[in-house]
Amino acid sequence: MTGRARTIHLAVVALLATMAVGSVLMIVAGASPLHAWGQLLRQTLGERQGFGQVLFRATPLVFTGLAVAVPLRAGLFNIGGEGQLTAAALACAVVAAALPPGLPAPLAVLIATAVAFLAGAVVGAATGAMRIYRGAHEVIVAIGLNAIIAGVALWLGNRSLFVGESTRTATIPAAAQLPELGLAGSSASVSALGALGVAALVAWLLARTRVGFTWRMTGQGLDAARAAGLPVDRARVWAMTVAGGLAGLAGAHFVLGHKHAYEDGLGRGVGFLGIAVALLAQGQAMAIIGAALVFGVLGQGGLAISSDVPKEMVDVLQAVVVLVAAASLGRRKR
Amino acid sequence: MTAPALRVRASRRFGDCVALADAALEVAAGTVHALCGENGAGKSTLMRVVYGLERADAGVLELGERVDLARHDVAGAQARGVGMVHQHGMLVPTLTLADNAALGHEPVRGGRYDRAAAARALVAAAARLGQRLDPDALAGELTVGEQQRAELAMVAARATRLLILDEPTALLAPREVDALFAMVRAFAAGGGAVVLVTHKLDEVLAVADEVTVLRGGRTVASWSAEVTAAEIARAMIGGEPPPPATRPPPPRPDAAIGLAIDGLVVPGPRGGGVVDVTLRVAAGEVVGVAGVEGNGQRELALAIAGLAPVARGAVAVGGVDVTRAKVAARRARGLAHVPEDRHRHGLVQGASVADNVALGRLGEVGRGALIDRAAVAALTAQLIAAHDVRPADPSARVDALSGGNQQKLVVARELDRPGLRAVLAVHPTRGVDLAASARIHARLRDVAAAGAAVLLIAADLDELLALCHRVVVMYRGALVGELTGAALAAPDARARLGAWMVGATP
Repeated sequence: MTGRARTIHLAVVALLATMAVGSVLMIVAGASPLHAWGQLLRQTLGERQGFGQVLFRATPLVFTGLAVAVPLRAGLFNIGGEGQLTAAALACAVVAAALPPGLPAPLAVLIATAVAFLAGAVVGAATGAMRIYRGAHEVIVAIGLNAIIAGVALWLGNRSLFVGESTRTATIPAAAQLPELGLAGSSASVSALGALGVAALVAWLLARTRVGFTWRMTGQGLDAARAAGLPVDRARVWAMTVAGGLAGLAGAHFVLGHKHAYEDGLGRGVGFLGIAVALLAQGQAMAIIGAALVFGVLGQGGLAISSDVPKEMVDVLQAVVVLVAAASLGRRKR
Repeated sequence: MTAPALRVRASRRFGDCVALADAALEVAAGTVHALCGENGAGKSTLMRVVYGLERADAGVLELGERVDLARHDVAGAQARGVGMVHQHGMLVPTLTLADNAALGHEPVRGGRYDRAAAARALVAAAARLGQRLDPDALAGELTVGEQQRAELAMVAARATRLLILDEPTALLAPREVDALFAMVRAFAAGGGAVVLVTHKLDEVLAVADEVTVLRGGRTVASWSAEVTAAEIARAMIGGEPPPPATRPPPPRPDAAIGLAIDGLVVPGPRGGGVVDVTLRVAAGEVVGVAGVEGNGQRELALAIAGLAPVARGAVAVGGVDVTRAKVAARRARGLAHVPEDRHRHGLVQGASVADNVALGRLGEVGRGALIDRAAVAALTAQLIAAHDVRPADPSARVDALSGGNQQKLVVARELDRPGLRAVLAVHPTRGVDLAASARIHARLRDVAAAGAAVLLIAADLDELLALCHRVVVMYRGALVGELTGAALAAPDARARLGAWMVGATP
């Protein structure tokens, strides 16, 4: 399949470019690239605790990566992951904290996760509807919504939701907390397994279902899809709605699987990083998992070698991946 | 015997694709030479090599004298008196004809652009070819035919040796074709040579002194004496040409109305569009809409298909009003659409053949919220086999198919389906080779014979006269004339339709 071959080709090029740029930076910083890369890999993939941290970092990126990939396949660009995640995390934490005591754990998790998905979906749906029915560009709308949601969340928190003088909501009951995976004390929780399942579900949705087919055809040939009678407008609003929900799951991951509350600044940057993940994966749902792991390794590995190399190097390397992916996407369109 | 105005041999590959395989052409001064061939035969590529737009991998070019092909470019071609008129006009619509003619070669007097001199030069150039034109007219306000004649005059003013016309008549009404060819003859009579790139055989016979046929990038035949259309067609396709299209049996007198259009008004660009069209197509009837492009046919088609908003009036399929219905509802009612622009409206270019089949047939291959991939595969295989789509590979990307095969795929998907009541076919054979055209015509005939109402919008009068029970002419957004029955079969049918197409009143 050509799509898969292209994705693999891109991944190889992106990795080589990242290693080349990273090596130059390491030399400039006075470190030995061989040693630094060795350390980076050993402490991320070579030991259980480090690998657990990689999984922990990759998990929300799978969700926000999918949140970009689905609209990308349908011809829309979702940069609203930040706002969708924040809205979802806040709603999830507030509802989870208010759940009646004694609720069985699976039910509590299910309810809290559903709330997160719905809250993100509402933001996504608003973005999609503004684009399709009002003609406002989805990137502009998302920028606006990101800012509004960040502001409103902080205001709501300070006014009534944060506990005492903190910037944190009440801790959710134990029933709603996701168990850890048990990887040598790492932060990885069972939400990593959830991310795998959701990626597979999205892949199936794209490949086998009517709505997935409509997304793909709309993204590749809007006019032809419309002329053939596909509901292209509704499908695109749905793509943004589902995308918002997927980004919302990243919020649930942080609240239910890590912080057990909403905190100001929770998940910041993960929505944007999802763009890079989706571009590297060329919008292919299963490839998102690999792309998220690459970013997980870079993020965690950067910490591991921060005594040798400035930690800003990781930001630079992640940006290199984005540039390679963006350039490759442009070539495909030609 | 003097040296020919043009002698060329050229080879050119694009990747794996051989565009020219030592194609050869020789054109004598003072003659009109037709260069014929199917799509992809290499006609346009060879002429682009001569005009310096395309490099040749190997070959020889003589324009009176030997030209170094490796250094040949457009400036060099123009300096040697070669000019080219393209199929789609190159005029700036907001400038006058005189200004257009002067662009890049502005006459100067006293350091300023001398507009009067430019106008005089253009009028004189047109007059040498027997044409009168208004140098102060805005290019954008002229008809396509007038623009083309003006452009020909401009190019001919500079091109003294050789004039290349690439499919110049694709957008013209018959009367405009005659006017254009009169200019071409006048140019040749003045000693210049003309290459007319075309695949319309009647034009070849009407205007050309000599004919060369390309097939698969090679020169396969050349005549300088009398030749028949059948001989040229055989050379073009390398075998017997398919039999001409035939009309389906006439609709029964009591046939129901398959497609009804009532007082339709559809806004178009620059105040154009559909002004007022009422038309009924009975089940089993083929009705043709003739007209020069840009007289509202596109808006009419898009409105019937559900892709353009209707200002007033109604459209009904099989007796059910669909004026405000979505595309999907119209299709479910039995409307099929072979769109004018198959790249944009017909197929999703980056998707596979199978996906493109599923695109228009979701009702058959969908199972609830899912798509039955086995059903898609079966339907795709069946359509590929029945309509000879090549390559016969359901997973091939559509943009890897030739234009003819893409159109066969669209026609297969749209017309080879159950429950058809009305068919809207817009320029269904444009840019499609003879063999594929014959298949498409046969398919249109069959669906009409099976009881569908067919509305055929086309510029090609041969196509309309061969297939239709009735032909109407669209001019400035309205239907201005209609021929049916004996009048359609009469020898003057072409002339009458052609006259209406340029505004004569019946």
